[in-house]
Amino acid sequence: MSLDKKRALESMLTIRRFEETVVGLFLEHEFMTHYHLYIGQESTGVALMEALGPDDKLATHHRNHGHVLARGADPKHALAEILGRETGLNRGVGGTLHMSDPERGFISTSSIVGGSISLATGAGFALKSQGGDAVAVGLFGDGALEEGVSYESLNLAALLSLPVVYVCENNSEGALGSAGGGFPTSVSAVDDLTKIPRTFGIPVDTVDGRSVDEVLAVATRAVAHARERKGPYFIHVATARFAGSQPLWPTLPTGETDISMAWDASRMAGEHEQWYREHDPVLRYARELLAAGEIDQEELGAIDERVRARIADARQFALDSARPAPDAALDYVFA
Amino acid sequence: MATKNYADAMLDVLSTFMEEDPHFAVMGNEVLGIGPQALQFEPFQRKYGDRIHFPPCSEAAFAALAAGAAMCGQRIFAHLGLAPFSYPAYSTIANEIATARLSSGGLIDVPVTLHISHGLLHGGAAQHSESPLSIYWNLPGIEIVTPFEAADLKGLLRTAIKSDNPTLVVTHAFGYGVEGEVPDGDYEIPLGQAAVKREGTDVTIVTYSLMVGMALEAAAELANEGIEAEVIDLRTLVPLDEQTILESVAKTGRLVVADEGRLRCGVASEIAATVAELGFDSLKAPPARVARMHVPVPGNQVQEAYMSPTAAKIVAAAKEVVGGVPARV
Repeated sequence: MSLDKKRALESMLTIRRFEETVVGLFLEHEFMTHYHLYIGQESTGVALMEALGPDDKLATHHRNHGHVLARGADPKHALAEILGRETGLNRGVGGTLHMSDPERGFISTSSIVGGSISLATGAGFALKSQGGDAVAVGLFGDGALEEGVSYESLNLAALLSLPVVYVCENNSEGALGSAGGGFPTSVSAVDDLTKIPRTFGIPVDTVDGRSVDEVLAVATRAVAHARERKGPYFIHVATARFAGSQPLWPTLPTGETDISMAWDASRMAGEHEQWYREHDPVLRYARELLAAGEIDQEELGAIDERVRARIADARQFALDSARPAPDAALDYVFA
Repeated sequence: MATKNYADAMLDVLSTFMEEDPHFAVMGNEVLGIGPQALQFEPFQRKYGDRIHFPPCSEAAFAALAAGAAMCGQRIFAHLGLAPFSYPAYSTIANEIATARLSSGGLIDVPVTLHISHGLLHGGAAQHSESPLSIYWNLPGIEIVTPFEAADLKGLLRTAIKSDNPTLVVTHAFGYGVEGEVPDGDYEIPLGQAAVKREGTDVTIVTYSLMVGMALEAAAELANEGIEAEVIDLRTLVPLDEQTILESVAKTGRLVVADEGRLRCGVASEIAATVAELGFDSLKAPPARVARMHVPVPGNQVQEAYMSPTAAKIVAAAKEVVGGVPARV
């Protein structure tokens, strides 16, 4: 699959600026609920969506912003959704926890850990029954493999040979863990999470989630496997957890991303130097493209400006959008 | 018109969908229970076996599978088994199925049909005797169908499967063998229409599922004592036909609600509260609830009978209500 690298970078940067804006809006009390950031995982979302086709179905979860944007949703409507405005992707009813974009193949977004695994399995069942070659994708974090329904669902997918690509974004690598006083993270007696799908005979690949190319290669293989109706596939994506997602309430300890760090190493300093150098997937990819001559500094700067302007517009659009009528919620309970 | 039992009526409907919809699937084990009617499943299975799935004991996951498939436009009839086996799937039902439409801003429908069989089983003990209607009724977003007559089951099941909403079809575990006159051909009964099974002027008995039969027995006995009871079969709890209940109470002035589920926060409680709120002026006496005592079901017949709602208890409650004395049995 040929990848438009500049477009991929722009998409990653769009997610990054979007999430930075989300933190700002939260601090300004524009929305109140708990929320989850995709910062540090942009490469996975963008590369994965590159591997999918328009008819494929997806089930995402509480950390959904990056998935929905990478799939092509307009940041305006995504941000409006988070702010609970009627112009939101889900008319402001889902909020950050349940944002989904049915037009782009998303089924219901569950914020119950393990929910997306179970629903994606059902999407796979439907797609197989309906014929064609569309596949289902279940997105989840490492914590989802602590839920019983996840094991049951993997078992069902294996038994029924369902075309489901399970994507475990393991952002626990380097996380503090509950023992370290941080937000609870993977707590499992299984030392290697890939043993779990293997137990059910489901093929597994582990991939470095910081690398667009590697994620794309693995995702392409996994999607082809499911498209050819060879059964489910499991991708274990290893990423370092963003420091801002360590605390219970997300913050921006690494600051607003300074894109010049991609070409000016002297700007990377301080407590988070290692993050900027090794883990931040946006900076890594920008650096990769610069080194390969795929892009130059000026163009990179221009992309960033364009993205910033787009997200600023989205922010204004969301803030200017009306809140839904209180009783409109009653219309959505039943068809 | 032919005499059929529940199992026949269910198979009529499921067969029609198998014929009408090439993607329609049935998922579940012992769809027709473990009594003699289970044998009726075999010809159906032979004919449509590739679309009948016998899942592992994973109610949470296969309920979610059915829901996820429904979100992609596939209709599935998922039989979760006896009602207590639906509790492992409670998160799926409560968190996913009941909420998906609202949380998506009305953009995602979940046209799944879940089926469970409920009820006191004469020896089912604490974990095989559940009637969790009120537990599911407390979840907004799920239609709940509770037929008594085989003919109603046939028409309501068809409506339920065709509905774009998630639907919980609850039949009684002893109901598979219940026979009745069932019309031939396909037909739909709209949800939210109760049936007046017996007309009367002195007291309204509201109930659903197998207790409709007990209520009719009770009414016959009451008639011997000069009390004319009106018996209402709710047929569906969601939507609830408030109008039929209120009109009946307006006529009789008295209400007994019979519920095989537990007393507290139960179906009977909800019906009684609804009538108290909306029909208070019609009431000549406080409503009475005849429900399962609020204890887990003991595993012996003496104690099970003691805590179960029965025709005799309905009779006693009706007499007290007609006598103007508040009752709670």
